[in-house]
Amino acid sequence: MTEEKTHHPEPSYLVNTGKYKGLMSWLTSTDHKRIGLMYMYAMMVFFIVGVLLGEIMRLELFRPGQQFYGPQMYNGLFTLHGIIMIFTVVIPGLAAVFGNFSMPIMIGAKDVAFPRLNLFSFYLYIIGAGIALTSQFMGNGPPDTGWTFYAPYSIQTHTNVVAAVFGAFVLGFSSILTGLNFIVTMHRMRAPGMTFFKMPLFPWSLYATAWIQVLATPIVGITLLMVIAERWLRIGFFDPSLGGDPVLYQHLFWIYSHPAVYIMILPAMGVITEIIPTFAQRKVFGYRAIAVSSLAIALVGYFVWAHHMYTSGMSPTARWIFSLLTFLVAVPSAIKVFNWVTTMYRGSIDMKPPFLFALGFIFLFMIGGMTGLTLGALATNIHVHDTAYVVAHFHYIVFGGVGFAFFAAIHYWYPKMYGRMYNFKRANWAFGFLFIGFNLLYFPQFIIGIMGMPRRYFDYLPQFTLGMQLSFFGGILLLIGIILMITNLFSKKGAIAPANPWGGRTYEWTVPSPPPVENFEVMPVMGEDEEPYDYK
Amino acid sequence: MGASNYVEGVDLAFKIILGISFFFLIGITTVMLYFVIRYRRKKHPVAIQMKDNNLLEITWITIPLILVLLMFYFGYVAFRPQRIVPKDAMPISVIAKMWFWTFEYEGGKQSPVLVVPLKKPILLNLHSDDVIHSLYIPAFRIKEDVVPGKSNYMWFIPEQLGEYDILCTAYCGLRHSYMETKARVVTEAEYQAWLLALPAKSSEPAGLTILKKNACTGCHSIDGTKLVSASFKGLYGKTEKVLTDGKERSITVDDAYIKTSVYEPDKDIVVGFPKGVMKTYKGIVTEEELNQVIDYFKTIK
Repeated sequence: MTEEKTHHPEPSYLVNTGKYKGLMSWLTSTDHKRIGLMYMYAMMVFFIVGVLLGEIMRLELFRPGQQFYGPQMYNGLFTLHGIIMIFTVVIPGLAAVFGNFSMPIMIGAKDVAFPRLNLFSFYLYIIGAGIALTSQFMGNGPPDTGWTFYAPYSIQTHTNVVAAVFGAFVLGFSSILTGLNFIVTMHRMRAPGMTFFKMPLFPWSLYATAWIQVLATPIVGITLLMVIAERWLRIGFFDPSLGGDPVLYQHLFWIYSHPAVYIMILPAMGVITEIIPTFAQRKVFGYRAIAVSSLAIALVGYFVWAHHMYTSGMSPTARWIFSLLTFLVAVPSAIKVFNWVTTMYRGSIDMKPPFLFALGFIFLFMIGGMTGLTLGALATNIHVHDTAYVVAHFHYIVFGGVGFAFFAAIHYWYPKMYGRMYNFKRANWAFGFLFIGFNLLYFPQFIIGIMGMPRRYFDYLPQFTLGMQLSFFGGILLLIGIILMITNLFSKKGAIAPANPWGGRTYEWTVPSPPPVENFEVMPVMGEDEEPYDYK
Repeated sequence: MGASNYVEGVDLAFKIILGISFFFLIGITTVMLYFVIRYRRKKHPVAIQMKDNNLLEITWITIPLILVLLMFYFGYVAFRPQRIVPKDAMPISVIAKMWFWTFEYEGGKQSPVLVVPLKKPILLNLHSDDVIHSLYIPAFRIKEDVVPGKSNYMWFIPEQLGEYDILCTAYCGLRHSYMETKARVVTEAEYQAWLLALPAKSSEPAGLTILKKNACTGCHSIDGTKLVSASFKGLYGKTEKVLTDGKERSITVDDAYIKTSVYEPDKDIVVGFPKGVMKTYKGIVTEEELNQVIDYFKTIK
């Protein structure tokens, strides 16, 4: 599996061979690689929109008092920012883009198990995102509930909640079907000889993720339908004025939405687990521990949801049980970090951009995870719950974690996707801006959160001004970093990439860059003595 | 000593959890950077492979497990007293409504600020009239959601004289960020004097009570300040430019106009204000109540 192919007898997947040309050849393609790229382009558009919405909020928050627009617009902005970033960027995230592009090749398959279903998932994604966005322009104005749609506010507000909720419902089906597809693919289509414990670790993380997608997403689906039913038919599930229980909504919402955090972060951890061995030229340390810890996170992650609700008036018993379970889920994440760092020990480390982003990920993810410990503990959570501290914490996880892992992945698989290299120096500069900008943007939010600054505040008390202004400048640096990175990757073609530019040992590096339509000329077989990451 | 009986315990839990975390963050980052520099390809061109080590895995499962259980414990012990209310605690009812707080003392006396005597256990019984709010006093390290239809509570002992911020931390709509007030900790004597001076339950006009009950005053002030929409002060009898079906016209604010505005808020929109912000109060505010409101409007010119 190490021999590099030097001839191109089969056309690459980027060359149109079907009956359509141009855009149509992409929109009708069931090739997992093309679908992965289409997800990536759509997600980049949503991501940039989400970033700009965030910057517009930071601008308003630069000083206390009203600066540029009023509270209704602000409430609409943070709602839209949340919906876009959560439902259309980080939840599909790495699984939809790199899971689609790389996973089938990494396990030695020609495609996913159900290629047409895969394309259908993509269309559901676009339709769901489209419906969510129409909420901005139709009905009684943009929804103003926050992405959590908490009842009874979401039942009572006059804004266009139904469209946003229905969009999220449709996006959920996209996620469920992708998860189902991946589970079947990994069960049925691994290369002969590749047992589960010889499967690379990015597919392993996707496997754990897929089970969460399949089992948890239906719960939020039905919950969102209940919100719609309640608004239209006044049923009384959640709104106490109709006889419902608003805390029930929170339980149902978080039973999905906490595991959803693991839908986001597990594939990110998986990508990092690929990048570190490649650039250290070392067999990954603790292969089994990393694989099993993904499953452990997925499993224990189901039973921690109510840590979002310590102040909701739950019984003290429920509060301490959920706190205890929350602390247990921290352990498998710690195991991964220790194994990553140990994989670098006595390696031969090549500081290329993907590795640099991976290091950034580990640092930011550690801060995100460790500040999560103060949120898991009861007494400290009570103080910082629903403050800027929480905002900082989850941005360290979903942006510092998932976002930086996404950037790492794009720099890692870019040569495979396009058959071209990119400028390393510019990629490193982009990393510098992103890393410094990110920390300057979100770290002050920890401080003002501990000082007592609530989240979702259009206006604030004067003692929080300095923190808000530092965050604003951090946001500017971050934006510069994003522009630098995207222009470096997509503005002009780099040098032609070899099949294996980084010296990786997984199957995707044995096929040409870009890969042919059916991935392999000769289907790979894993020998008895072979293992993934068998660096010599 | 902190501002409430919880400060010490909560801050200790913060110090322990953040302290351990900081130690590991710095430690792991240092080791990682050391490896990256020490084993860079230029100096270390060939990687040395290593076998998995179960002992090492078990070590770094066990140590974090012990540490997180310790963190859980400190979080739990500092939290536990928050749910055990002493028998002699003084009850105060908190009524949350978009977007202001009301504190009701014994005898039904109401105040927009929370005034409490030093060193005395205070029990806050939390009620919401509309959506979920959350009462947060950062200096006291306490917070509990105010959930409609549920009787949540919180209690504390104020330990230091002074004035502290009270904030709403559960997003509750348009003026969420303005739903703030103060907690004032005073001596027992000052407290008694303050309570005595607090006017007995509402001598306010019936119309104002109706406005407050329906949260009208969240967006329309009664003192002339501009909130979300126009103030009620001086409204009656005023001449306004309005948009009716997209056409601009001048009207005088009279009984008929006020009725339209309450029952069909989007019909005549005052120029400069957006449509669709206010919901209809048809079936919520009766004609009779509305007449009382109009009577009240006539008194605040």
